[in-house]
Amino acid sequence: MLEIKNLHVKLQDEDKVILKGVNLSVGAGQVHAIMGPNGSGKSTLSYVLSGREGYEVTAGSATLLGQDLLALDPEERAAAGLFLAFQYPVEIPGVGNMVFLRTALNAQRKARGEPEVSAGDFLKLVREKAKTLKIDAEMLKRPVNVGFSGGEKKRNEILQMAVLEPRMCILDETDSGLDVDAMKLVADGVNSLRDAGRSFLVITHYQRLLDHIAPDVVHIMADGRIIRSGGPELALEVEKNGYADLLAEVL
Amino acid sequence: MQAARASAAARLADMGLPGRRDEYWRWTNPAPLLAEAVPEAEAFRVDTPIFSDLPKVRLVFTDGVYDAAASDDPKLAGVEVARLADAPEWAAGFYGSLEASGQSPVRRPFAALNTARASDGVMLRVTGKAARPLHISYRQSSNTSEAILHHCVMLEDGAELTLLETGTAAARANLVLEVEVGAGARFHHIRPQGRSYGHRLVSAIFARVGAGALFKSFTLSMNGRLTRNEAMIEIVGDNAVAHIAGAALGDGADGEFHHDDTVFVTHGAEGGESRQVFKKVLRHGATGIFQGKILVRPGAQKTDGYQISQALMLDDLCQFLAKPELEIYADDVKCSHGSTTGAIDETALFYLRSRGVPREEAVALLVLSFLADAIDEIDDAAIAAEILARLQEWLARHRG
Ligand SMILES: Nc1ncnc2c1ncn2[C@@H]1O[C@H](COP(=O)(O)OP(=O)(O)O)[C@@H](O)[C@H]1O
Ligand SMILES: [Mg+2]
Repeated sequence: MLEIKNLHVKLQDEDKVILKGVNLSVGAGQVHAIMGPNGSGKSTLSYVLSGREGYEVTAGSATLLGQDLLALDPEERAAAGLFLAFQYPVEIPGVGNMVFLRTALNAQRKARGEPEVSAGDFLKLVREKAKTLKIDAEMLKRPVNVGFSGGEKKRNEILQMAVLEPRMCILDETDSGLDVDAMKLVADGVNSLRDAGRSFLVITHYQRLLDHIAPDVVHIMADGRIIRSGGPELALEVEKNGYADLLAEVL
Repeated sequence: MQAARASAAARLADMGLPGRRDEYWRWTNPAPLLAEAVPEAEAFRVDTPIFSDLPKVRLVFTDGVYDAAASDDPKLAGVEVARLADAPEWAAGFYGSLEASGQSPVRRPFAALNTARASDGVMLRVTGKAARPLHISYRQSSNTSEAILHHCVMLEDGAELTLLETGTAAARANLVLEVEVGAGARFHHIRPQGRSYGHRLVSAIFARVGAGALFKSFTLSMNGRLTRNEAMIEIVGDNAVAHIAGAALGDGADGEFHHDDTVFVTHGAEGGESRQVFKKVLRHGATGIFQGKILVRPGAQKTDGYQISQALMLDDLCQFLAKPELEIYADDVKCSHGSTTGAIDETALFYLRSRGVPREEAVALLVLSFLADAIDEIDDAAIAAEILARLQEWLARHRG
């Protein structure tokens, strides 16, 4: 599904190098987790994959279903099936959640040569997906993320994911700042989307999310590289001992 | 009426025409508004006029002259309608009175000139709740036409009216609207100004808002070479509400765009609430001006005054000049103002694009997001929807 090879990234306007040769291969239907200390480059990886400006890829490649991601505009990547649940979802005053979602869905469909979804069908679709995430009608009417609590914002990200039905989902610290109930809602939302044709890259600090979303592979990222990969037991090890031992090993 | 015109002419002779040295004309050059020959402006052809589907009584002015054939029968329950030339007694006494008192502390020469020379206009006395909106529809047919129109609206206590004012009045126009809002009365004014690229317009609203009354005015300006919209609103009764809002969009690629909002809100009674919400979207060297003042007179306690002016620059070539002013002579008041100039928020843009919304469409959504506070000032959902549709149409034409 997602193939990242030797990815090197620096900031466009500065000499700072952030990713120093990331290799990652996520198979169809798999869930991979990335853990790692603050500042190790996890968010940068997710931004570079989704096409945010301000970064320069100096070496390496990233493909989604064989397509060169790095050559595409952000909207083209979305239409190709990539989705990033933001660590800090953005507030957009004056643009209703529903208008935003419908614009996004129809733009993607148009880009793929599919017919647009009618207003009626769209409403039905969103209502159904929102129910599982306990997102009420009032929240759907409000402007995008404006006045949402931290938990509501994260649930709204998962709602967008559920409606847009991407192939490759990247979740950047979607669990941060959530209480246990909210995290469970998010995890249930993700689990309901798990499918043989859909993969996940879950960036998290905590083992507890991985209790709910069982990963196939766990990676540890430090200083712009993946320093270890393993099974779910690796997350447990981090939970118990922190990153110090792992970091010491590679240094 | 002759007396009102004569005293306006005397006022004008006394104060003289505006020049660049006038404090409130530093950023807008009045010369094209004064030039002997009307500078040419091609009329803008609209396929479907705005508010076509809205029930209303429409009065049409073509190049500044009332066009009875194109107008609806001017009969509206709750409203007495007359032309300036047939002004009834109340109008003869009212005409020019708010303009005259609005000449201090800042002189408004174009408005005095208008009172002295207006050739036509509508006199409305609202005695109850108007059954439908009244629509003043301007049409421009000549590229060198000039219009000086003066409208008067008197809302008796408890009366209600929605006034729609649309279109380009002439290649060059000077428009004055005087509104007296009686106690407990409600007045809504929605004004999508015409879209001809070359027109030059100076307009002035003079309003007095009585106890417990509501005054709300929203202006949409798209295109126009030179627009100066002035508003002088005075709260004269306790617990009155006065909101004035504007959304302006200009693209220098269509020719020069210079848009100036000059607003003066006076609180002369207790417990008044005023809001000024002005937004400008500028491209390709367009210029936006905002000069807004809140004056709180002695004794106008519990005043709540708010003012915001913002410009969204779609490129680096544009200019926004703002002069917010507060002058407060009462101690128990809440007044705030703010002014910002910014570009499209790159983070928000990326967020939208990451969801699959193409760049151009995402920019359009963010422009609407920027304008939302101003559009929210329109209470009627159907009217707001029409304004929104016009905005979307403009944005679709001005991509890339
Ligand atoms: N746009 C940016 N400008 C400056 N520094 C940045 C930027 N993006 C990332 N960085 C830096 O790159 C490093 C990695 O950041 P990030 O990817 O956010 O890490 P993580 O998500 O793992 O906490 C940090 O040192 C961070 O300060
Ligand atoms: Mg991060």
